[in-house]
Amino acid sequence: MRKEEIRILTPTAMLGYGFPEKWFNKGLDMKPDVIAVDSGSTDSGPHKLGLGDMTCSKDAYQRDISKLLKAVNERKIPLFISSAGGAGTNEQVDIFLKIIKEISQKNGYHFNIAAVYSEVDKNYLKNKLKNNKIKPCGQVDELIEAEIDLSTKIVAQMGVEPYLKILEEKDNIDIIISGRTYDPVPIAALGIKNDFAPGLCWHLGKIMECGALCAEPAGKVIFGVLRKDHFYLVPLNPKNKCTESSVAAHTLYEKSHPYILHGPGGVTDLTETEFKQLDERTVKVKGSKFIPSNKYNVKLEGAKKVGFRSIFIAGMRDPIAIKNIDEIISYVKKEVEDNFDDIPKEDYKMIFHLYGKNGVMGENELEKDFNPLELGIILEVLAQEQELSEAICSRARTELLHAPYHGRIATAGNIALPFTPLEVNLGHVCSFNIYHLMEIDDPTSLFPIKYLEV
Amino acid sequence: MAEKLLLKDIAKVIRSKNAGPFEITLDIILKNKKDYEWLKNEKIVNKNLIAELYQLPVDKIIHFVYFDAANAIKITIPRPRPQGSVGEIDMHAAQQHVPLMNIEIKK
Repeated sequence: MRKEEIRILTPTAMLGYGFPEKWFNKGLDMKPDVIAVDSGSTDSGPHKLGLGDMTCSKDAYQRDISKLLKAVNERKIPLFISSAGGAGTNEQVDIFLKIIKEISQKNGYHFNIAAVYSEVDKNYLKNKLKNNKIKPCGQVDELIEAEIDLSTKIVAQMGVEPYLKILEEKDNIDIIISGRTYDPVPIAALGIKNDFAPGLCWHLGKIMECGALCAEPAGKVIFGVLRKDHFYLVPLNPKNKCTESSVAAHTLYEKSHPYILHGPGGVTDLTETEFKQLDERTVKVKGSKFIPSNKYNVKLEGAKKVGFRSIFIAGMRDPIAIKNIDEIISYVKKEVEDNFDDIPKEDYKMIFHLYGKNGVMGENELEKDFNPLELGIILEVLAQEQELSEAICSRARTELLHAPYHGRIATAGNIALPFTPLEVNLGHVCSFNIYHLMEIDDPTSLFPIKYLEV
Repeated sequence: MAEKLLLKDIAKVIRSKNAGPFEITLDIILKNKKDYEWLKNEKIVNKNLIAELYQLPVDKIIHFVYFDAANAIKITIPRPRPQGSVGEIDMHAAQQHVPLMNIEIKK
């Protein structure tokens, strides 16, 4: 039977950040066809892919997933979770499965689960590279084989097809957990499966994957209803309102272009999209189009380790020292270089962050002509070994403490140090080195599916 | 003499954010259609100005787009350094909007 509408509940923009049960339960009362929530992002940095770190703690995931599983069990509503753990590596998908297993065993739940994996084999990628099937996604260098080897883990963002495959193969799936996934997929999937206009499905997904961030003021839990020629959105907390302008404005959020949104398999085109206020808190959207591309591209993400970091944090208040900060920093750098002259200068980096001067804007700071009252100084040192970055950082600190400068009258020390240890080792530094588009023939074969029962 | 009017005085939103690990996107959303149309027609915010404020060549600007539905201007530029790696100063690029706030729109 053809569905007249698809009702979707999204509890939060990011699984693990927590969500209010009161509004979530209110959303459940509105009889959603699916609970869909995204868990991934590159936004908090490359260390997740580079080191396997997760966006939130296991405890935070357990809390959120517990609330979701209770709803799946009691209300028999399927749950789709994408980009498990943040980076969506295979290990992170398995961690989510383990969390679900533990909660289910404890509470006597029984679920049919599908897990989709998204890590890509390096040899497969090298072959693709040789066949010119990989190109940069925006402002990143052309990929070379060496960078594939340097990447710790590489994931591809799946499109909706693995979800569709699961929904076709099984009609009793309670939970889908997917590795790295194009963010709107879990929200768009049921609509696309049921032949709703894909432009509307994707646009709805694009908005709802951020929870009720599209409302004024921004909230967490949101409900979306997809119909033949439009969708509408309403936040669950009565204090949040979706307005024409708030939803239209959200369409811009975190994206390169306001109305051309590239995704796996095509482009969502919002040129003719219309936003209309239905009631005080509900907005209707129509006119969003999807244009399939001739070739199917998936986005690859990878990160590598580039060294170890140590820092110290210091304050400076002496106005004569502050006035001469450039001279002081030059002195410190020179002294450190002389002291570590057995190490090539290219093998380590010293980067001073000067809060109060240009710590936030760096080279783009336009205000230059002023005297800060205080400077917050962080020295960031990068080296190939942690012991070395710590040694350089330590040396630089003592040089900074005692550096001579013009007009110095405070001869006991130049900086105020708040913490011990005076140096802090921050471990590995990672860097995104793969952010590329790869052409594939089959949008499902790259993403293995595993069915299991708990 | 009339007071100086700055972009932040007529904007509802001025923000910056990562758009992926290699781009920063700047959103300016005006409070009303009238100001938006005026700003758009007068080309007060333009590519040359953005290039100057963010100290990059004009041809490095990735997108400069008006979005009528939201009374918005969206500008996307390359990140000065890859996200979250050596020398990072703003992981989410959430504080890079400030140069836009003080764009003088009327003397």
